[in-house]
Amino acid sequence: MSFSVTEPTKGTKWFAGILVVAYAVVTIIPLLWIIATGFKSPTDSIAYPPVVVFEPTLEGYVNLFTDRTRATAQMLEEAGPPTTWYDEIARERGTVISGPSRYGERFLNSIIIGFGSTALCMILGTMAAYAFSRFKVPLKDDLLFFILSTRMMPPIAVAIPIFLMFRNLGLNDTHLGMILLYTAVNLSLSVWLLKGFIDEIPTEYEEAALIDGYTRFQAFYKVVLPQAATGIASTAIFCLIFAWNEYAFAVLLTSGTAQTAPPFIPNIIGVNGKDWPAVAAGATIFLVPVMVFTVLLRKHLLRGITFGAVRK
Amino acid sequence: MTDSPIDRVAQRTPPGVAHKIKGLSDRTIAWIFVAPTIFLLLAVNIFPLIWTIRLSFTNYRVNRPNRDVEWVGLRNYERILNDPDIWNTMQATAHFLIWTIVLQVLIGFTLAYLINKKFKGNDLWTTIIVFPMMLSPAVVGNFWTFLYQPQIGLFNYIVTFFTGGDPADFSMIGDVHLAPWAIVIADTWMWTPFVMLICLAGLRSIPDSIYEAAECDRASKWRQFWTITIPMALPFLMLAVLFRGIENFKMFDLVVQLTGGGPGNTTTLTSIDLKREAFEKWRTGYSSAYAVILFVTVFGLASIYVKALNKVKER
Repeated sequence: MSFSVTEPTKGTKWFAGILVVAYAVVTIIPLLWIIATGFKSPTDSIAYPPVVVFEPTLEGYVNLFTDRTRATAQMLEEAGPPTTWYDEIARERGTVISGPSRYGERFLNSIIIGFGSTALCMILGTMAAYAFSRFKVPLKDDLLFFILSTRMMPPIAVAIPIFLMFRNLGLNDTHLGMILLYTAVNLSLSVWLLKGFIDEIPTEYEEAALIDGYTRFQAFYKVVLPQAATGIASTAIFCLIFAWNEYAFAVLLTSGTAQTAPPFIPNIIGVNGKDWPAVAAGATIFLVPVMVFTVLLRKHLLRGITFGAVRK
Repeated sequence: MTDSPIDRVAQRTPPGVAHKIKGLSDRTIAWIFVAPTIFLLLAVNIFPLIWTIRLSFTNYRVNRPNRDVEWVGLRNYERILNDPDIWNTMQATAHFLIWTIVLQVLIGFTLAYLINKKFKGNDLWTTIIVFPMMLSPAVVGNFWTFLYQPQIGLFNYIVTFFTGGDPADFSMIGDVHLAPWAIVIADTWMWTPFVMLICLAGLRSIPDSIYEAAECDRASKWRQFWTITIPMALPFLMLAVLFRGIENFKMFDLVVQLTGGGPGNTTTLTSIDLKREAFEKWRTGYSSAYAVILFVTVFGLASIYVKALNKVKER
């Protein structure tokens, strides 16, 4: 092993490691608490002192996905024995399931709007990024800065005219409206990130393809796109996460049909005040996919969060 | 530079062939590729912005479409700038901005510095630390209200576990003095990893050879830290501050779910106040002027800051 003056000593490494692990443990507690609360019974969830060891139950998840009504003993008897496991959990609390809750719909909306806007954003973003990377576009720097500056506006500030505009066009509370809106918001990110990724692909490949008789279009989708695949995939995940997490526009511009999950989850109310296990269950289902994506993205995280300004 | 790749290709291709195989010229393709993006951004960003500016000179109200819209000139702006409530809101925003940035820079830089000591498994722990910033602020903010519950909340339990006292004695989101700190803590928990990641990139960009040279000159570690590490990581740190500054000036989702702006107006940040004016009181013209003022403030502060940042980079 070669000796280096810049290599930290063993003691330093241990000291640094312990402090970082301590911070990581503290920072992860709220997230673990959300996941744990989703599996608690309502009593356990509000117990004092807070319980760490408890008997897990799926009651929170049942409450999240169903609407229930209070039932008298007589009604329960008439209904006969519970037919499913979730029915059984509801019966234990003296309620019967009256139907599915809205959470499923809201979650589906999040998926439709998230994936729809991401797809559109990637198509437009890749095209624009390719043009900015390879062609002489007049006023290139100004256009790129304009694209970036759209991200500085507080969402609430543009929400007023967008609300008016959408109302006139009949786009308020529609999937299409939200898809277009999130696409526009994410375009700055996707153009800037993708331009960085495409800049890194040597132009020689395309030149060779063009000399071989490919047209520009063919060179673009047969040579450049496959080369940029990793970059496109990670940019897409960033766009998806943003659309997935967005709240301000969702709460102002949607109310029913196109409402996504973030404005809905905080409003899950139980029979006696807030039903925390159900809220936590809803949050868990909503947050865990993002954590998985974060692990997949870890190599490109820095680039994504700084719009490509910092590359490792 | 006239010798772009395209020109090189053009030179190598016989003119007749070029005409046949190219189909569309590069110039046309460039426009076809850029136009949809620019069009969508104009429609969803610039057009609404111009509309906002126009509305800001009127007394228009969305909930009274039949009333005549009057041109009121600068009256909306005058009223906003003379309104003491707005200055309170600005103060709350400033408190939030300054403290979140100070805490996030201190903690984030320290973490990055420690992670850069390259102990075993630092990648794994970095990924774990990063989780909070990728999550939905609204959903997380809502859950923090649960952690902050006086009797049953985990936060109060842990605090009183170390300090003694009764966890039911204080309420982070119910108390006028504590609520501004409650939002600072939640935001710091969420966004410290962001500053950490950027600082880490900064620290990793410093070549080892500089430290080796400093060792040869017998510079102490302390001196190396202040004369090499800090100056060389400074542009990255400033970039992190810029991003956090803009984001937190716009802050809405986390705080609105956490405190809803209360108690009283102690955590009513500008975005929350603007939302109330525009979508609860429906004072469209007035709130448009408010939006324009905020917008000019962000742009102004950001461009001054970027100038400073560029100066630091040049050094």
